[in-house]
Amino acid sequence: MEKSDLLTVDDLKVYYKTILGDYKSVDGVSFAVHKGEIFGIAGESGCGKSTLVDGVLRLIRPPGYIKSGRVVFEGIDLLKLEENKLSEIRWNKISYIPQGSMNSLNPVLTIEEQTTDVLVERGKLDKDRAKELIQQKLSVVGLPKEILKTYPHELSGGMRQRVIIAVAIALNPTLVVADEPVTALDVVVQSSLLALLKELRDKYGVTLIFVSHDMAAHAQLVDRMAIMYAGKIVEIGETDHIFRDPIHPYTKLLVSSIPTLEKKKIKGIPGVAPSPLNWPSGCRFHTRCPWATDICSKIEPPMMKMTDNRYVACHLYNGDVM
Amino acid sequence: MSDVLLEFRNVSVIFKIGGGIGLFGAKNIVAVRDISFKLRDIPMITALVGESGSGKSTIARLAAGLLEPTVGEVKYRGKNISDWLETKEKQFRKEVQIIFQDPYGIYNPYYKIDRFLYTALKKLANIKDVNHSRSLIIEAMHSLGMRPDEILGRYPHQLSGGERQRLMLVLALLIKPRLLIADEPVSMIDASLRAIFLENLLELKNKISTSCLYITHDLITANYVADEILVLCHGRLVESGPAEKVISDPLHPYTKLLIKSILLPDPKMRHVVGDVRVQAATLSELKPEKGCVFRYRCPYAMKVCETQEPRLIRFGDGRHVACYLYESTPSLV
Repeated sequence: MEKSDLLTVDDLKVYYKTILGDYKSVDGVSFAVHKGEIFGIAGESGCGKSTLVDGVLRLIRPPGYIKSGRVVFEGIDLLKLEENKLSEIRWNKISYIPQGSMNSLNPVLTIEEQTTDVLVERGKLDKDRAKELIQQKLSVVGLPKEILKTYPHELSGGMRQRVIIAVAIALNPTLVVADEPVTALDVVVQSSLLALLKELRDKYGVTLIFVSHDMAAHAQLVDRMAIMYAGKIVEIGETDHIFRDPIHPYTKLLVSSIPTLEKKKIKGIPGVAPSPLNWPSGCRFHTRCPWATDICSKIEPPMMKMTDNRYVACHLYNGDVM
Repeated sequence: MSDVLLEFRNVSVIFKIGGGIGLFGAKNIVAVRDISFKLRDIPMITALVGESGSGKSTIARLAAGLLEPTVGEVKYRGKNISDWLETKEKQFRKEVQIIFQDPYGIYNPYYKIDRFLYTALKKLANIKDVNHSRSLIIEAMHSLGMRPDEILGRYPHQLSGGERQRLMLVLALLIKPRLLIADEPVSMIDASLRAIFLENLLELKNKISTSCLYITHDLITANYVADEILVLCHGRLVESGPAEKVISDPLHPYTKLLIKSILLPDPKMRHVVGDVRVQAATLSELKPEKGCVFRYRCPYAMKVCETQEPRLIRFGDGRHVACYLYESTPSLV
């Protein structure tokens, strides 16, 4: 573990039990998040992004379970921690913005009632202090304090998402994990929310893990990113490198499938993403990979370090096996 | 006027909500207001873009004859759609096909997708021979780059969202509608499959000369497929014109804002500056009762914008805009 690493995940496996066998949603994932960076996790639907962050925060409920792995945050293995110690770390040190949480506000309580409740419970604050704190955080996320008296339905989607962000940062966490925080919002709102997330890091030093299927959002926000495919990370690198010079075949094809305003020709990736019940043998992308050779269907490529900050799992390359 | 495929003439749709008891509490929601536009009867893709709540889907449903306008007329090939449905419903259904946003909702989960295609061919193309249908289906799938042996004989849940949406294009290729209405067809499918769908949509335009009304919130895909773009804001048509002009040189302040907000998939072109603060005016997100619908968010709002709604005026080069900033421009009408 390097000094600047705030969180390291080591060979994490998160499975779901089903009558057909284990659903191997996250199947051996390793990465490290540096202090003060915005780390992106990208991948298409069903690749295991949400399960991965749920696993990292130990929020997996049955039939899901953590099969194996280590999640080390500030030197502590979260997966081994007792439940009461873990809940101290959650919210106070790590906070989580689940997917679609802007739609989870209670419709019959005012914003004030429900946001201060959380802080009283989680931060062990009294009501007045909690209210003061939430007012201060609302101004950080750019909302006027009048909205405390409103009900969720009176706010737009973007404003509800800001309320959620205000609660997430209220207890000054070191790490914020946001799962699809700008999905299902209008472009204008998306752009301003990304600006807000960036400001949280730039101004307040929050480390952020940003999970999204939207490559454009990653391009605009994150410093480094991991590309997931079929329950594994296939490539990790600086955002700029991922887009300019992708090395894993899946990343290459994914990047070339995104239309830009210059209207260059785009190409999709033929074929279907495999099922977590029965991942393909060897490299999981070999069924759709135009560069696949014999070895790809037989031996699973290990994650290799290519250059600084660049990792790839593909037989086309030779690097230092991690 | 046979050169016009679809025409909206001063169309408004008002939904009544609430007010279960007597007259009290009923509220009118104006989904679209005074919309007029024409689609020419030539193979082209027209994109209708706007944010959520702008009335995009309402227009899709009007054009497909699934909804009647409260005020105004919706005409397909010169004849009111309600007349089509009364006299020649089958022909209308054959000529106008709709693709919905949700690729999960439209297939009956109990039947293999083959049945869906056979039924459509039987009802709309009058092809009853199963073997004949099958060979047509296989041919259509091949021409859109799908592998029939991986698709046919399967149930809907065994296919990906992208494949299910592309099956709608296979259907279009078989039935050959004159007008295809696609309501957010790619918003629920992954990027790698989205690209294939968009390519297929372009192929369809070239192969069977279908016109398409492509409804989306995503200006990048609109720019990619469309020949013309219509921009909706709070139920009003605020700008229209050739796609490349609308994107490269937008006229209406709302279109300018939309284009400025596009998230470009390029880390070298970071521009998420947006406005971090929410302005008090958007607190209630009300659209103004009168005046221009965009004036609360418009940086150029003037006195006149508060009281009077700007008309859609001709700007030249096939462009139209509804904004007082351009009222002094000589009209070509």
